[in-house]
Amino acid sequence: MKKIWIITKHELQTTFDSLIAYIMIISFLGFSGFFTWFFGGDIFYVNQASLSTFFNVAYWTLFFFIPALTMKLIAEEKKAGTMEMLLTKPITERQIIWGKFLAILLLIIIALTLTLPYYITVWSLGPIDHGAVWSGYLGLILMSAAYISIGIFTSCLTNNQIVAFLLALLIGIFFHVIFSMLSSNVTGSISSVFNYLSLSTHFESISRGVIDSKDIIYFLSVIFLGLTGSEAILMKRK
Amino acid sequence: MDIVIDNLTKVYGNQKAVDSLCFTVKTGEILGFLGPNGAGKSTTMKAISCYLSPTLGDVKVGGISVTENPDEVKKHIGYLPENNPLYMDMPIIDFLKFSAELQGVFKEKTEQRVKEMIQVCGLKNEKYKKISELSKGYRQRVGLAQTMIHDPEVLILDEPTTGLDPNQIVEIRELIKKIGKEKTVILSSHILAEVEATCDRILIINKGKIVANGTAEQLRKKAEGNEILHVQIPEGDHNTIFRELQNIPTISMVDYLKDGNNRFEIQSKEGESSSKGVFDLCVKNGWYLSELTPVETKLEDVFRKVTME
Repeated sequence: MKKIWIITKHELQTTFDSLIAYIMIISFLGFSGFFTWFFGGDIFYVNQASLSTFFNVAYWTLFFFIPALTMKLIAEEKKAGTMEMLLTKPITERQIIWGKFLAILLLIIIALTLTLPYYITVWSLGPIDHGAVWSGYLGLILMSAAYISIGIFTSCLTNNQIVAFLLALLIGIFFHVIFSMLSSNVTGSISSVFNYLSLSTHFESISRGVIDSKDIIYFLSVIFLGLTGSEAILMKRK
Repeated sequence: MDIVIDNLTKVYGNQKAVDSLCFTVKTGEILGFLGPNGAGKSTTMKAISCYLSPTLGDVKVGGISVTENPDEVKKHIGYLPENNPLYMDMPIIDFLKFSAELQGVFKEKTEQRVKEMIQVCGLKNEKYKKISELSKGYRQRVGLAQTMIHDPEVLILDEPTTGLDPNQIVEIRELIKKIGKEKTVILSSHILAEVEATCDRILIINKGKIVANGTAEQLRKKAEGNEILHVQIPEGDHNTIFRELQNIPTISMVDYLKDGNNRFEIQSKEGESSSKGVFDLCVKNGWYLSELTPVETKLEDVFRKVTME
C-alpha cells in the first residue's frame, strides 16, 4: 500500500509540475461550465433545481479528457526506459499500475470537487434532490475510474502515446454509446447482454439516484479487468 | 553477498540470448563483463536485477532466488540500466528522494543518504537543476547516485562510463573501485582498458556462452603463445646482428621490423626466455642495446581471439 502511494504521489506531482493537471482542470471546468450554464438545453431550461444537465455534460467531457490523461502513464515510461528502472526497484507491476490509476482518479476527484459551487448555486435556486446529486457524483467517479483503467490498459499496449489515446477512445466509445445502441437494435437475450455491457445504462441508473449493487459490481469489474489486463501485459516482457 | 548464476538460459522467440550460463561472483569482487554487441550481457544483467525472468536456470543473490523472491532480491541490488533512463522533468534532488522512497530507505535516513550521494557523485552545484538540463556526464552521475541510494550490497552496472569525459571516467572508476571493496559489483563495458583497470576478474561472453574467464593477467597468458621481444641495436651491421641473434639457442625466429634502425622482433622457443641471451650477446660484442621490450598480448587481442570464433 505504501509503495502504491509513493507512485501516486510521484505521478500527481509530475502532472501538476508539467501543468497538465491545471490545463485539464481549467478546461474541464470551462467546458462543463459553458455547456451547463450558457449553451443549448442548459440548466435553466429544465425549470427544475437539478444538476442532471451538468452530469450529462461531464459524462461526455470526461470521456474525452481521461484518455488524454492516461495515454502517457505507461507508454511514456516504456519509451523512455524508466519502466526498467522502476521495475528493478522493490515494487511490483501491480503496485505501479494501481498507483498511477489512483493518481489520475484523485485528479478527477479534485476536478469534480471544484464543481461543487454548481451544486450550491442550484441549491440556492430551489429545492434540490440531494440524494440524486451525490449519486450523480458517485456515478461520474465510477465512470472515470472505469475509463482510467481502460486508458491505462491501452497505454500498456504501446510505446506511442497517440496510439494509446486513440485506442482508449475506440474501446471507450463501445462502452459509452455503441453497446447501448446495439442493445436497442436487437432483441432478446443478446439485447440484454449489450444492455448490461453498456456503461451508459449503469451510469444513468446510478445518476438517477438508485444505487444498485448490480451497477457497482459492473463498474468494479471493468476497473478490475482493465488493471489486471495492464498488469498481465507488463508481466509479458519477462 | 555472492551472486550465483546457475545454468541461466533466456530464449527470445527461437533465439537463445543467453545459453546455460554458469558463474559466481564473490563479495568484494568486481567482475568485468565483456562481449560483442548482442552477446547477452545486458540480458544476463537484467535477469540478475529481476527485470527479466530466466527461461531456464536460476540466479541467486545472497542465496535468494530471483524467480522465487524477486522483491527481496531487488532490495539488495542497485541496477544501472544501459541507457540510464531518468525522469527528465524532475530536479535531481527530488528524483533521488523518490528513488530512496521506492527502495524503502527510512524517512529519517533519506535526507542524509541523498546528501551523501550528491556529495559522492559530485552533484553539489547541480542538485536543484532539472535532469533534462544536465549534460550526459552529469546524467550518468545521477544514474549512479540513484543506483546506490539505498547502499546496496550488489551493484549491477550496464556500461556505467559511456558518455563521460576522461576525467569523469577516472573519477567513476575510482568510485567503483572504492565501493567495490565491500560490495559485489558486475560491470559491463566496451572499453577493455577500463575493465582491466577496474575489475578483479574478467568474463567474456559470446553468443550467450562464456568464452573466457579469469584475471586480465591469466587471460593474456592463455592467449599469448611464446615470448616475443622487440630488440634494437642501433650500431653495427644489421646482417651480422641478425645472424648472431639467430644463433642464440633460445630463439626460434628473428624478424626485421619495418621501421628500420636495426629493430628486430624475436620469438623465443616454447617456454623459453631470450632476454638474457640477447643481453649477453650485446655485452660480448660491445653493442649498445637501446631497446629490449617484451610484447604483451593486448586484451583487445584476447577479446578478438575468443569472440571471433
